[in-house]
Amino acid sequence: MANIMIRKRAEGGLVFYLPKRDIEDIVSSIEFDTPEKWGGELRLANGGVYYIDPIPAPARLPVSLRAKRLDGVE
Amino acid sequence: MSEQLTREKAQALIEEVLEVYPEKAKKDRAKHLMVNDKTITQSKKCITSNRKSLPGVMTQRGCAYAGSKGVVWGPIKDIIDISHGPVGCGAYSRGGRRNYFAGTSGVDAFCDINFTSDFQEKDIVFGGDKKLAKLIDELEMLFPLSRGISVQSECPVGLIGDDIEAVSKKKAAEIGKTVVPVRCEGFRGVSQSLGHHIANDAVRDWILSARDEQPFEQTPYDVAILGDYNIGGDAWASRILLEEMGLRVVAQWSGDGTLTEMENTPKVKLNLLHCYRSMNYIARHMEEKYGIPWLEYNFFGPTKIAESLREIASHFDATIQEGAERVIARYKPAMDAVIAKYRARLEGKKVMLYVGGLRPRHTVGAYEDLGMEVIGAGYEFAHNDDYDRTMKDMKDATLIYDDVTGYEFEEFVRQLKPDLIGSGIKEKYAFHKMAVPFRQLHSWDYSGPYHGFDGFAIFARDMDMTINNPCWNLFRPPWQKDTAEADLKAA
Repeated sequence: MANIMIRKRAEGGLVFYLPKRDIEDIVSSIEFDTPEKWGGELRLANGGVYYIDPIPAPARLPVSLRAKRLDGVE
Repeated sequence: MSEQLTREKAQALIEEVLEVYPEKAKKDRAKHLMVNDKTITQSKKCITSNRKSLPGVMTQRGCAYAGSKGVVWGPIKDIIDISHGPVGCGAYSRGGRRNYFAGTSGVDAFCDINFTSDFQEKDIVFGGDKKLAKLIDELEMLFPLSRGISVQSECPVGLIGDDIEAVSKKKAAEIGKTVVPVRCEGFRGVSQSLGHHIANDAVRDWILSARDEQPFEQTPYDVAILGDYNIGGDAWASRILLEEMGLRVVAQWSGDGTLTEMENTPKVKLNLLHCYRSMNYIARHMEEKYGIPWLEYNFFGPTKIAESLREIASHFDATIQEGAERVIARYKPAMDAVIAKYRARLEGKKVMLYVGGLRPRHTVGAYEDLGMEVIGAGYEFAHNDDYDRTMKDMKDATLIYDDVTGYEFEEFVRQLKPDLIGSGIKEKYAFHKMAVPFRQLHSWDYSGPYHGFDGFAIFARDMDMTINNPCWNLFRPPWQKDTAEADLKAA
């Protein structure tokens, strides 16, 4: 488990940031993206896959969360 | 090497330089050296950074204390930084970086004074907490106009397990001022980079939210300058441009900054981030907690300044955008004159850089404005996100080196023969003896400012005065002159 931060991109979409590993990348897909349920598997542009527990969609981004690495580069 | 550096040649050079190392060291160092390839967007694939330096090689890195006290906390003018521990750390980080401030030293500004608890054997044996409490009382008596105190831990404090947090809390209540304990013991992390992070976290935990509930007269044009340490007056040269285009600079972090400015920063509309490496942590925190967007900018060289001013203005309304255009237009004739004067003398000169923070990538634009070319760049303590950015700014087939060792750097210089090197004081005299023009780029070689339009004029003058100095031909003694000329002809 690692602390990550999800931010909005100026061009639209989300950015994933993992400070410990200096990974900053575009989120290419997010499993759940509704107001009630948000999160799940995050796929990054660099091929990494992370999992965050689904929560109600955060009212404001950026938000710091705990994430688990499932697959891909680190 | 007068001909253009190609990818193959650069790669061959790296391999040749690595040849002298033992097998294991060679394998490790190879990961830190690369030839730039613009097609790769992620530096992680080709360069390793922020790793422990190899034992036995000469590294130029500092420690966590240097990153916290020297870089982030030191320049705040009305906070007294206590170097808590033995006397040396504070003595050698006292004002050497020339973080200018407006104020009276010892009365309301304390950047260039060394405050230390001067640990002796008995403090190691019995603990230094009592001494710290006494020290804070004495400071309060001698320097009543200080706005706050920070306790910068040196290595022994962490080793003997002193509770500086408890002392700080107690004393803060007693004297009614902010007292910040900073756990920046030198042994933490691999370089000063972790010290920046620790310092940012201490600001976040102990200072940032102090005025959240208090009223503050806001304007729609409030910004804060983050990561400008006012070296030789840099932050002032940047600030006047921002003010001229109509923005209000609420805070300077941390060159010529004050505690109050830092406490008011959560109320700004946009954070402007110059040194990404040392202040991105607090910028990201403010974005999350207060919803303040942040923006990286670059105030080296007219091209990049114009780009940055326009980008900053794009976050505001039309008056600011007009203001930005007006500022760019106003300084254009002066900048054209600077370039006209120096470009002819500097055209085509090759530069190698090895500094820290932001300079290896931010100054590339300024050198290119003068017709110079950066053929190699490296950082002492960068992380991968810095290299992601550097690879975009550097040309293809240039050398990139992370935490380069003394030997590697000298070999690169011997082979590539740059016309100028920009690095630190530890490299300066070695390269002077090799008769290579050199600028100390950590504190602008006792010159500056280099930021902003005004700074560019000084930058151009300094580069010219270094490269075209007649002294570089006088390094060889007369009895070796003939061979030198023969060498030159052969080459």
